[in-house]
Amino acid sequence: MNAKRSDHLATGLIYTFVAIVVLILFGLIGYILVSGVPHLSWHFLTTPSKAFAAGGGIRDQLFNSLYLLILTLIISFPIALGAGIYLAEYAPDNWVTSVMRTAIEVLSSLPSVVVGLFGYLLFVIQFQMGFSILAGAIALTFFNLPLLTRNIETSLSAVPNLQREAGIALGLSSWKTTTGIILPAAVPGILTGVILSAGRVFGEAAALIYTAGQSAPVLNYGNWNAFDPNSFLNPLRPAETLAVHIWKVNAEGIVPDIDAVSNGTAAVLIIVILIFNISARMLGNRLYNKLTSSK
Amino acid sequence: MQPIITTKNVKLSYGSFEALHDINLDFEKNKITALIGPSGCGKSTYLRCLNRMNDLIDGVTITGSFKLNDLDMYDEKTDVVELRRKVGMVFQQPIPFPLSIRENVAYGLKLNGHVAKEFIDQRVEESLRQAALWDEVKDRLNDSALSLSGGQQQRISIARVLAVRPEVILMDEPTSALDPISSAQIEDTLLALKKDYTIIIVTHNMQQATRLSDKTAFFNLGNLIEFDTTEKLFMNPSKKETDDYVNGKFG
Repeated sequence: MNAKRSDHLATGLIYTFVAIVVLILFGLIGYILVSGVPHLSWHFLTTPSKAFAAGGGIRDQLFNSLYLLILTLIISFPIALGAGIYLAEYAPDNWVTSVMRTAIEVLSSLPSVVVGLFGYLLFVIQFQMGFSILAGAIALTFFNLPLLTRNIETSLSAVPNLQREAGIALGLSSWKTTTGIILPAAVPGILTGVILSAGRVFGEAAALIYTAGQSAPVLNYGNWNAFDPNSFLNPLRPAETLAVHIWKVNAEGIVPDIDAVSNGTAAVLIIVILIFNISARMLGNRLYNKLTSSK
Repeated sequence: MQPIITTKNVKLSYGSFEALHDINLDFEKNKITALIGPSGCGKSTYLRCLNRMNDLIDGVTITGSFKLNDLDMYDEKTDVVELRRKVGMVFQQPIPFPLSIRENVAYGLKLNGHVAKEFIDQRVEESLRQAALWDEVKDRLNDSALSLSGGQQQRISIARVLAVRPEVILMDEPTSALDPISSAQIEDTLLALKKDYTIIIVTHNMQQATRLSDKTAFFNLGNLIEFDTTEKLFMNPSKKETDDYVNGKFG
């Protein structure tokens, strides 16, 4: 076989593999959307779910998912940022650092059910938090931390070392070089990582069944007192999310319109994640352009 | 004349490999000193000792005495960040920060705590003028520095160093990544800067060394072979090794 033919062959193979990946993705998304979108309506999005009768919506589940995601990011992002900066910029190359890296890797590969049960025993029972958004957010932080830390570390390390030297040589401390030069240059990468991890958090079910709970008590969206039990902002109330709702309706639901509810919910889940991806990506580019004044 | 930088018995090792053997070298104020020698001779390594950039590399041991005026550079009490503010550095590659032209030049000032806008604007203009870039960029200070040509980017890097008003500027082959026209512009810039700054430049280009420098140091295999006025070192060197190198017989 000559070089030209093998080149053609390799290119063809690569295209085929890419096509397979894209097909699987579009197939899945297409299937979920086609079977779910017809059930969507403003009514579906704005009514609370029903336990026995048909015609329930997902208002509270949708809000719970978003609220849980925000709480999780509030807890995990600062920690991951600190850890990522430490690993990329400060950590000496020795066995302690490699133990830390391994620990992060192990943490990221823990099965979600195990994390959920751990969260249940420690937070829900031991710390008497009960089934609550907060317990769920902490459990999700366990997944999120390793992903985010690793991502922030990689994004920072990808900034050329010359930039670091230039900052240092200008009489800037390591800290100012990191925060002023390295971090802004790494923003798009970090943002992509936040999106990816947000998608995972948004779709997580197993770890939440035991921590955030499976019930969606009636919420008062006009009550801004976060300490009030029926306030939508209360982090200590149980909160069923979209993904848990799908699982629960299918596993033990007794409403007559199971298919409509679960397909519709799945479609909403996918659409929200898509919106998330696209808008955050656009935001990342805008932010980068603003920070670096490049066009 | 009292030298601005005095170094004595400088030795540097990477792990167990000694890369600099007992270097003694002084630099005079408001002069350009060139460091020449074949690749791997230790001239860049030596240069990077002068603002302690080698501190960033693991496993480096440096001994000897380094003085900037009366300041002991490697004393425990010496603030290394402050030292690097006094001894600035320009690298081989232009390294614009991914920021606007104005921000690039103002960066060191801002992060060092200067906030007054008028002061910063004035410094930016002064520094860009000194780096001979002002006329080319004055109408687009808010554009990204990444949009400039390589030569302009290198002059941005110089202006950025000038903005923090160092006493000494170290340059590690500042024109080797540039075309001849840009190089010539940088050389003109350096000659004009001599009256306010002390410049130490590592270069592979012998013509550049003769055009620019007042004194030249020739390094080989981690030794300082010869140090003299540029004219003497190139026209009438006292060592055969130097003669061979400047006449292109080896290296």
